[in-house]
Order: sequence, then C-alpha cells, then structure tokens
Amino acid sequence: MDEMQKMVLEYVIDEYLEDEDEELTVDTPLISGGIVDSFSMVSLKRFLENKYNISIPDDKATPEAFDSVNKICALVKEFI
Amino acid sequence: MSNIGSYDERIKDFSWALSEKELEYRDGDVINIGWYCSDRICQQGNGDKPALIWEGLGGVEKRYTFNDVRLASNTIGHFLRGLGISAEDRVCLFMDKIPELYLGFLGVLKIGAIAQPLFSAFGDESLYVRLENARTKAIITQRKHVGKVRKIVEKMPWLEHIIIVDHDGKKELKERETVFSLENADPVEQFEIHPTTAESPSVLHYTSGTTGQPKGVKHVHYSLISQYLTARWVLDLQDGDIYWCTADPGWVTGTSYGIIGPWSLGITQCVLDTGFSPDSWYKFIQKNRVTVWYSAPTAIRSLMKAGSEKVKEYDLSSLRHLASVGEPLNAEAVIWSEKVFGRPFLDTYWQTETGSMMLTNFPGMKVKPGSMGKPFPGIIATVVDVDTFEPIAEPGKVGLIAFKPGWPAMMRTYWNNEETYNSKFINGWYLPGDRAHIDNEGYFWFTGRDDDVINTGGHLVSPFEVESALLEHEAVAESAVVAKPDEVNMEVVKAFVTLKPGFEPGPDLELKIMNFIRKKLSPLAMPQEIEYVDNLPKTRSGKIMRRLLHAREWGEEIGDTSTLEDDE
Repeated sequence: MDEMQKMVLEYVIDEYLEDEDEELTVDTPLISGGIVDSFSMVSLKRFLENKYNISIPDDKATPEAFDSVNKICALVKEFI
Repeated sequence: MSNIGSYDERIKDFSWALSEKELEYRDGDVINIGWYCSDRICQQGNGDKPALIWEGLGGVEKRYTFNDVRLASNTIGHFLRGLGISAEDRVCLFMDKIPELYLGFLGVLKIGAIAQPLFSAFGDESLYVRLENARTKAIITQRKHVGKVRKIVEKMPWLEHIIIVDHDGKKELKERETVFSLENADPVEQFEIHPTTAESPSVLHYTSGTTGQPKGVKHVHYSLISQYLTARWVLDLQDGDIYWCTADPGWVTGTSYGIIGPWSLGITQCVLDTGFSPDSWYKFIQKNRVTVWYSAPTAIRSLMKAGSEKVKEYDLSSLRHLASVGEPLNAEAVIWSEKVFGRPFLDTYWQTETGSMMLTNFPGMKVKPGSMGKPFPGIIATVVDVDTFEPIAEPGKVGLIAFKPGWPAMMRTYWNNEETYNSKFINGWYLPGDRAHIDNEGYFWFTGRDDDVINTGGHLVSPFEVESALLEHEAVAESAVVAKPDEVNMEVVKAFVTLKPGFEPGPDLELKIMNFIRKKLSPLAMPQEIEYVDNLPKTRSGKIMRRLLHAREWGEEIGDTSTLEDDE
C-alpha cells in the first residue's frame, strides 16, 4: 500500500464508515457498497482536491471512479 | 390492457367505495394495513407467492413469500408487545433497506403502534429532533447505526427500548438496548392483530418546512384505500409483475408504494440494498426480470449521464411500465427513457402530507413530456391565485396547486403542531406549497416551490435546520442557506457564512464545515458549496433576506430591496 492509498483509506474510514466492525480494504466497494453515497461523494472529492491541490472535473467524478480507494487513487494520479 | 382502462371513463362518477369494495372493507370495520399486506394475501391462497426478493452487498439474496411476511411480522409484533409496546406508541424504524425494515413496519402496524420510519443516513441531531417530537418509545436499528442513538440517548428518557436486529455479541449491550434476531426467533403462527379502525394512526413520516423543526405527518390505516387503488391504476401493478420501487422507506414513497401499495395487491417486489451505480441497477433489473419500475428523476438523470450505450449492455426487455416521483421529471428524461427503454417514465406528483398520488400520468393517456399529468380520479385539483386563493380559470396562468381535502390518505395532522397543520388550508383548499399552471387540456405543469424549502434529489431540506446546525460550528458567526441549481439533483444546498474573529476562510475550513453538517444532519443537508461573505443581506429589522441570495444563484431578478439594511 503506497502513501496515497493509506491516506485515502484512513480518511474514508474516519469520515464515512459507520460500522466500526466493518473491515475496509483498498478494493472495498464504496459507492455501490453504500458506504459513501452520491451526496457525500462531493465532500470526498473536495478532500482529494484540497489534499493534492488538484481539480477533478465533474464528468470524471463518477460513481464508478469513486467506487474504491484504488480507483480513487488512480483517478487522482491522472491529475497530479 | 391497463388496470385503469380509460381515464376519461374512470373519472365519471368515481367513488372511493370502489377501492373499499375491492378490499372488502365496509365503513366501521377493522382495518389494519399489516393484516391487509400479509394475512389477507395468504387467505386469498397466495401464501406461497414471493413477496420480497431482497439483495444486499456482494449479491447476497433473501427471499420471502407472503406467508413468510405474515409470520415475520407476527413475530416482530409479538416481540414488541412483550416489551410493553402497545397501541399508538411510536416505534421508530431506523435501518437500511434490510428485510427487517419492511417486515418490522408491518409488525409495528399489527400491534396498533405507530410506525415512525427514519432515513438511516440521518445524523444524530436529525434523529434526535424527530424522536423528541414524537416521544418515541422504541427504536429498531442495526449495529452500524446504534452509535448515533447512543450519542443522544441520555437526552431521551422516554425512549425505553433500543432494539438491535443484527447484534453479533462482539460488543456489550448498553442500558435500554436489547437484541432481536428474526432468524433465531420462534415464528409466531397465531397472532392477535390489534383491531385498528379507519382513523387509527398508522405512520408518522417527518418532512421539512421553511421554518421551525421538521413536522411529523400523521397518517391513519384508512390511507390504504388510496394507496391500494393508486398503485393499481397508476403503477398498473398486475398479478405476474415483478415490481421495483427504488425509494427508501425512510421516506413516504418507500412506505406508500414500497410496502403498502404493492403488498396490499399481493404483488412480488424486489429491493436492492446497495449504493447507486448504473451497472448495479441495470444488472438488478435484468436478473430479476423487473416489469414495473418506480424511481426518481435524480436517478433517471444519473442513468442518462451514464449514457444510452450502457443500457444496451443489459437485457431490460422485461420492463413494461415506468413511473417517477420526488421532483418534477424534466421533458428530456421522459424522451430519453422512451428512446432507450422503449417506454417513457410517467411522472407522478404527491407529497408526504397527501399520502398517495394526486396528479399523475396514467397508462394509456397521452404523455406530454415535462407535465405532471392530471388529477387521480376522485381528486379535485386546481391552481389558485396567490392573493385571493380563488381557482384560476385561465389556462397557462401560474398559481398555487390546491386540492379539496377529503381523500383517504390525506394526513390527519402534524404531530403536536395543529397550528401549522391548520395553516395549510386556505379558502377550503389544501395547499401543498408548489406552483403550477394548467394547460387547455387539463394537464398540470410544475413551475416551482412557493417557499424556501430545498428539493434535492427528491428530498426536502429545511434551510432553517441547516442554518441552525451551521451556527453550532465553532467558526460560523452567521449563515444563510439556499437552493443552488444542479443538473442531476435539481437543487443542492448552498450556504453563505460569515466567520467569527480568528477564523480564516479557505478550502480546508469549507470541508470541515461540510463534514460537520453531513454527520450532524445528513448527507442530503450537507452544503455542496460554501461561500464566505463579510455580511449577509438583512432587512432593517435584522432578518436575513434569503430570497436575494436565492435569486443570485438562479440568475433571477432580485425584486424589491427597499427593506434591505445595506448592500453586501
């Protein structure tokens, strides 16, 4: 797990995971798994933009692109 | 042939007695929604028919027949009675779309208690104000949500029981917490259903207004008469259908048409309890051979965004009837759905207070894309002048939507708030708070809300509630919340804030404030944008002029500013 994966995973666990007992990995479905809903996705996008000083276009911020920590990291890397 | 047949024929001499007759109900009889949705279907010989096909994360599936639904709701009702819950006690259902939510809803009704479903994404503050208003006696929830209840439990001495349906024994239970496992409970075959009558309270749904706290909309068991017939005629539910209502029973669509309508008709329905993605939705329709699909404009527009090519990857040929609710369905979405699914989504208009559909597009009726349709038979609807509250005869002239009170599912009051309830009736009309015009063929066309309430993704958010919560953040001095246009959700929440001395505006603070509201209220209420301002526009008496900020966001004329204190 690289630094970015670790950072995003920790943020998702701290901010969005309601069930403390649920185990989250870099491949756990976030949007389709109901952990992050479409409204909350906006705050997750904002976190990534602030943290990495990037701007993610709305048409790239799709539920599919945000569906796991791994997919999010791949998206972020496109804009760094 | 559709169930309604000819709309024009149906509106002649319509009487709700038709629905009563089909349900074999006579004035003064016992009427219990829990019984109608399970025991009656079994008595009709359909106990073995699938009632619920549920799918959760990872494709986990559970199936329940109508007899299973009967037994499970008996069992839950028996358990609740054992805890001392009795008629008219409020029981909150605070769960994701798991089977216990659907079965528990009927169990609560069977004992004559009042079901209070609440959206499971609500934060602790949103949960508290609703439980406090209803003085809820018990809450049924899941392990993942119990933390939110624990945060506020000390403030709620009236809340006697916190029932956890999926306790795994790993953590100790706290005071007032108890465990119920449907899988491990002994099924209750014989159960004495509480003899509720037409005006016995059934469901308490909360809805947001411009000012004040959320209002508890009280419905009664007689609402079934409307919900049954509208589900039959508008959703056109027929014996062999597989029905999918995508709404969460934390909101009224999810109970009126996600439980009561279909199950009182003995229809098989399926539920997908995972997050939204175009692929997962199309896959679910394909897998279950869904025939009737009732969804929301926000979801339809999200599917549009994913593209028409995506639709072609799945076999969706089972779909025969589509309908939509929650906010106005734009013409583009109607046209697109006809193109890709071979049939249009038909818009339906109603709200928490009306309990059942009011204005709708009917099967077989000419569809005018973007229109709300026509009144359901038996519903007297018009638009009235905003000043005189007299009906407007002129086609195309905008006024307030108005209904003559008296249909079966009409709310009976706002819980502990009779004054606000009475204020909804003017000049003999019930005013739902929306504006529209009627064309020369009698079709209604939505033009906007008549208040500051924000309709985001089909859910109403009170600007007052968000503004109050924002003031609890350490950095916020003043706040004003308005709707901002949004391509997918129609509207989203935008906040204007002034900061207290010592706090600097910036993106990190914006994110902190967003997350603060998301956790305290809900993701729906979270401002999608926060604008820092030095001052908020106010009247000379100090009241924040939201309408100026709203007009700016929507590119509208600002209007009269003579009462403005000073320029921002």
